[in-house]
Amino acid sequence: MWSAWCAGEEKRVGTRTVVVGHRTVSETDAYVAQKFCDNRIVSSKYTIWNFLPKNLFEQFRRIANFYFLIIFLVQVIVDTPTSPITSGLPLFFVITVTAIKQGYEDWLRHRADNEVNKSTVFIVENAKQVQKESEKIKVGDIVEVKADETFPCDLIFLASSSVDGTCYVTTASLDGESNFKTHYAVRDTTVLCTDEAIDALTATIECEQPQPDLYKFVGRIIIYRSNQEPIARSLGPENLLLKGATLKNTKKIYGVAVYTGMETKMALNYQGKSQKRSAVEKSINAFLIVYLCILLSKATVCTTLKYVWQSNPRNDEPWYNEKTKKERETFKVLRMFTDFLSFMVLFNFIIPVSMYVTVEMQKFLGSFFISWDKEMYDEEIKEGALVNTSDLNEELGQVEFVFTDKTGTLTENSMEFIECCIDGHKYKDCISEVDGFSQTDGPLKYYGKAEKSREELFLRALCLCHTVQIKEADQVDGLIGHPECKHTYISSSPDEIALVKGAEKYGFTFLGLENDFMKIRNQKNETEMYQLLHILNFDPVRRRMSVIVRTITGKLLLFCKGADSSIFPRVQQEEIQQTKVHVDRNAMDGYRTLCVAFKELTQKEYDKIDRQLNEAKMALQDREEKMAKVFEDTEADMHLIGATAVEDRLQEQSAETIEALHAAGMKVWVLTGDKMETAKSTCYACRLFQTSTELLELTVKTVGESERKEDRLHELLLEYHKKLIQDVPKHRSGLKRSWTLSQDYGLIIDGSTLSLILNPSQDSSSSNYKNIFLQICLKCTAVLCCRMAPLQKAQIVRMVKNTKGSPITLSIGDGANDVSMILEAHVGIGIKGKEGRQAARNSDYAVPKFKHLRKLLLAHGHLYYVRIAHLVQYFFYKNLCFILPQFLYQFFCGFSQQPLYDAAYLTMYNICFTSLPILAYSLLEQHINIDTLTSDPQLYMKVSDNAMLQWRPFLYWTFLGAFEGLVFFFGVYFLFQNSSLEDNGKVFGNWTFGTIVFTVLVFTVTLKLALDTRFWTWMNHFVIWGSLAFYVFFSFFWGGVIWPFLKQQRMYFVFAHMLTSVSTWLAIILLIFISLFPEILLIVLKNIKEKNHQTGPFDLPMLVSYKRIENGYVKTEDAVTNSAERYPLRIL
Amino acid sequence: KPDNTAFKQQRLPAWQPILTAGTVLPAFFVIGLIFIPIGIGIFVTSNNIREYESNVFMYYGLSNFYQNHRRYVKSRDDSQLNGDNSSLLNPSKECEPYRTNEDKPIAPCGAIANSMFNDTLELYRIDNDTRTPITLIKKGIAWWTDKNVKFRNPTGDGNNLTALFQGTTKPVNWPKPVYMLDSELDNNGFINEDFIVWMRTAALPTFRKLYRLIERKNNLQPTLQAGKYSLEITYNYPVYSFDGRKRMILSTISWMGGKNPFLGIAYITVGSICFFLGVVLLIIHHKYGNRNTSADIPN
Repeated sequence: MWSAWCAGEEKRVGTRTVVVGHRTVSETDAYVAQKFCDNRIVSSKYTIWNFLPKNLFEQFRRIANFYFLIIFLVQVIVDTPTSPITSGLPLFFVITVTAIKQGYEDWLRHRADNEVNKSTVFIVENAKQVQKESEKIKVGDIVEVKADETFPCDLIFLASSSVDGTCYVTTASLDGESNFKTHYAVRDTTVLCTDEAIDALTATIECEQPQPDLYKFVGRIIIYRSNQEPIARSLGPENLLLKGATLKNTKKIYGVAVYTGMETKMALNYQGKSQKRSAVEKSINAFLIVYLCILLSKATVCTTLKYVWQSNPRNDEPWYNEKTKKERETFKVLRMFTDFLSFMVLFNFIIPVSMYVTVEMQKFLGSFFISWDKEMYDEEIKEGALVNTSDLNEELGQVEFVFTDKTGTLTENSMEFIECCIDGHKYKDCISEVDGFSQTDGPLKYYGKAEKSREELFLRALCLCHTVQIKEADQVDGLIGHPECKHTYISSSPDEIALVKGAEKYGFTFLGLENDFMKIRNQKNETEMYQLLHILNFDPVRRRMSVIVRTITGKLLLFCKGADSSIFPRVQQEEIQQTKVHVDRNAMDGYRTLCVAFKELTQKEYDKIDRQLNEAKMALQDREEKMAKVFEDTEADMHLIGATAVEDRLQEQSAETIEALHAAGMKVWVLTGDKMETAKSTCYACRLFQTSTELLELTVKTVGESERKEDRLHELLLEYHKKLIQDVPKHRSGLKRSWTLSQDYGLIIDGSTLSLILNPSQDSSSSNYKNIFLQICLKCTAVLCCRMAPLQKAQIVRMVKNTKGSPITLSIGDGANDVSMILEAHVGIGIKGKEGRQAARNSDYAVPKFKHLRKLLLAHGHLYYVRIAHLVQYFFYKNLCFILPQFLYQFFCGFSQQPLYDAAYLTMYNICFTSLPILAYSLLEQHINIDTLTSDPQLYMKVSDNAMLQWRPFLYWTFLGAFEGLVFFFGVYFLFQNSSLEDNGKVFGNWTFGTIVFTVLVFTVTLKLALDTRFWTWMNHFVIWGSLAFYVFFSFFWGGVIWPFLKQQRMYFVFAHMLTSVSTWLAIILLIFISLFPEILLIVLKNIKEKNHQTGPFDLPMLVSYKRIENGYVKTEDAVTNSAERYPLRIL
Repeated sequence: KPDNTAFKQQRLPAWQPILTAGTVLPAFFVIGLIFIPIGIGIFVTSNNIREYESNVFMYYGLSNFYQNHRRYVKSRDDSQLNGDNSSLLNPSKECEPYRTNEDKPIAPCGAIANSMFNDTLELYRIDNDTRTPITLIKKGIAWWTDKNVKFRNPTGDGNNLTALFQGTTKPVNWPKPVYMLDSELDNNGFINEDFIVWMRTAALPTFRKLYRLIERKNNLQPTLQAGKYSLEITYNYPVYSFDGRKRMILSTISWMGGKNPFLGIAYITVGSICFFLGVVLLIIHHKYGNRNTSADIPN
């Protein structure tokens, strides 16, 4: 029988069959028992046994680590100048630290896993409760969960202690939404609320294979009863209790496990997001390649010269320095190769291992400052900023395009019911008398009013057409009877709450849902009951929602509310006009408008709808589409009653923030799903558009609806293109100053027009129009995209992201509909808003309010960028001047790969002597005060376009490093022309030579950093002077002992002896000074130049700050000379 | 709620120096004014090293001799030289090919020891056809720490070096074994100062090493009076094969070491440049900088 029922359907691999309580039904025996995984959550990566090999493998997959491993192996295998320890130790250090960190994190995960896996759960077996460990749950087990417990796996909700078969859960730990959600038990099993009863249930569940979407689930349950036909019921997300959610306000529930362990939706959601890489990292890689080339060419030069030099046998093997037998016997080619490798090893320090460690540490530690910032703490939600990834800190300082959502981001998303219109009559302000809905005071009487019955219908619609729940505080207090003062409304949409509250003001109070009956108290204080038959849920595609209710008298009513664009086509056309006027005017005022419509259904119609809906709900495949189809058919031929206007207030300081972002050279695009008029007025309110801004519109209005709309669109595009791009070059001559006259343009485009451009019907020449559109967009100072579907938002971001020069994009939003653009942009920012936590969860950074963007970008972003850019440049610089003397020394030691410095110095240079000062700098530096940065947005442009990591500054640092390397080496070289440097005539050897160079080196690079430091906290003092002191101390110590484990005691008393020579002291001081002199000179010269450039106050109009005013660049430096150059920032 | 500490809010009290013309230019002057006298002092001192009035130091110099060649530098066994008995009989592999000779371990092993400079230099003053030898002191030419700590003879019964070096053989190029380098016990074996000086490898292929000291006898006469001298060299050390040259240098030493004009000139040059730039920039600064005096740094 059952097989006949599903005869039409193929058995798909995409579904799983779960036998409830493992009581097999004869019919299902035919199915091969599917194997499911156990309920163990394994979020850990490693076990004790595989930790070492697996972790090492993962670490050496990183290109840098692999490179250092190769160098190390070369040192072990080939006879190289430096012992393998010199590169092995840092590598070992890095690998160990990372392994410990990852091991610790994994241990934490193990512990968390164990906590979950070993927690006790109660399973109903043979009508008895059995206590088990959570990990022992198998698919098909019936699990009992009590109040405030979390669900141990994904359960199909069978029965609960409450009679109506509902329970409340909170998914705070899953998606951060703390409101209670109602879930429904399968209708036919709600009665089975004891262990015995539930154990008697014989049923199978068919559902889809696990998938990560938390809000999607399709399945059906087939219940077998003795001597009856099996009943099939559809299952949806409302029947599924997710692992990780918590049961609330319900004593206990029974559920059957369908997904366990790693197949639960929670576990599936833990799989990481795609990695975003910052632009700085790309720069680092580019520089690495340059340095790799330097390294290779140095090694090649040395190898070549070595063999040229050795071609003279007197040089190759003088009598005093004979080769070993082995050396003589090696083939020349092999010898050359090992020589090349040896040189590579000798110079490999030019690519620093420690830079990666320092960069990682800087990012990790630095990101704490964002979450610690109390200015980004919001008193209302009691939360501060959240950093989900520390990889993108510096990207915050490079943003060129800001894509922002409107609702909840620019606005508060705390809705307030402002007014409504019923049949074209406007109602504003609340009515004091319960029975005097129409008795208005003041100006209201001028509006006229609608019929009483229509008013009531409208208000009932507001009271019924929603998914608002009542959180009854009185339950806690044990008080009943005054629900109106004890309840709070909970809904996923703030609009609905505003509407319900609005209706309450007019005398219709929603009292809650009880046993499928919605209760409302009307103006006469009577309680009306409506049986809730169906909710056609809201979705962003339809942009409306409906309910079907049955009145006490048996009348069947459908109420629908939604955006005007989605309601108007579905109502009687003659009703539209009078309401439309109000809707348009409200939209102009920046209110969010919703239209309300209704229709009466006959029993026959209802039966049909009911059947269709149930069928669609029952469908295992394409349920969404089928549902949409039914909804579409159902919500038709309605009657328009009226419209509502809800105000969404602007968030505090959002206008100032947008102004600041503009001034900082960023382009702000608003992407919203809202109506054009509403969005436009919000844009004016938050000063995205100025009164002087000329608006270009590409909307349904301007393009029209006709057949020729595509042609019309193309005409418009060309026209705008002409206006913006082709006409501008006239001004080019006087460009620098002419911007004051140039016009600001703003573009408005809506979703349907956008899809017309991006997905045109005919393919010919379409990409050309896409290009034109993009050019227009980039020329406009502000762009507003309204009526956007979530995916379109992401499309826009992707389009801009992929333009020439790949500008850094930032998306900010608060709702689930912004997730796609948050994930798409270089930097995704979530607002910890009222629409749940999905955006914040998927973002890279989350802030409580839009205004916090200002400090996040202008201060934090700017500082992080400057810090890390300086860190990177400094690292390359200090290793260049570290290795260059060693390279030069080869010319004086017969290209024999003799290291200039002792092995200890080679190893410790990057780890100990010069690492902490730059780390402290990169964490604490504020070259400009945070307050100045926040208050003067134009400073942001100083570092735009990755200014500090361009080739010019890189070359500057490289030349500086090369210059200093030359000074170090040749300074000491000339010093050593002396027969003796000591006053007792004794002579120094090669190790003293190296130590002098090294001392000068350590002091110079540290003092260079000191020169660059603009913000000396005690920590900077401590690490800078401490590092130098440590170097001196270490050198004494290292040379002060005969180390038994060393083969050679080369450094014995070398440092101490060096310091007994006055000449050496004088030389060291002189060389340090010479090395730093050009830098100091440059700063002074710049300083003087800047002063000369300052020619009186010169205010920039805000929007001119855009870097690209027209085809030719207005170089930012020119534009911001005025304010920015006051601050002596070293771009170099 | 985030802690309101100065560190977490990035508001630690900080010194915020700014290098401006106003602060740097005076520093240039000061540095110039310090460096120039130092340079002149060094230069004068360096140039005065000539009159052989105080102690005179006798150096030998070699050129084109790569004591800093890697193969050469590492060809030694410091633990053998430190008196370790096991290393004495089993020298380090690094000493190859100067590790053993005819199956006997070489002491001291390695290329450096093997190529020790072994010319003998003697200085005579010729006074009316009489040759008076000048006393050349051979002790006090090595670093104190080398002589007393780093270099040790092998230990054993008694002080008989011959017995202590039993079982080893001399370096191939040496005419006599290490325990016959000198007649004095505290300058023989590994702690022979000529040997220690040689073992400190030079930094550059042209180098000098301290050979002997000539002490000033009394304050009335210069150490080496003006007159005729003859230098007698026992020529053992071949340098022709590697295009090398040998030199003998006599020098007095000042507080800053031997004669070397480099440091003095460098100081004078740098000091002058500093001073000069200070003046030039100050002029520029005052001429143009005054145009806008309100350009204060807001930090």
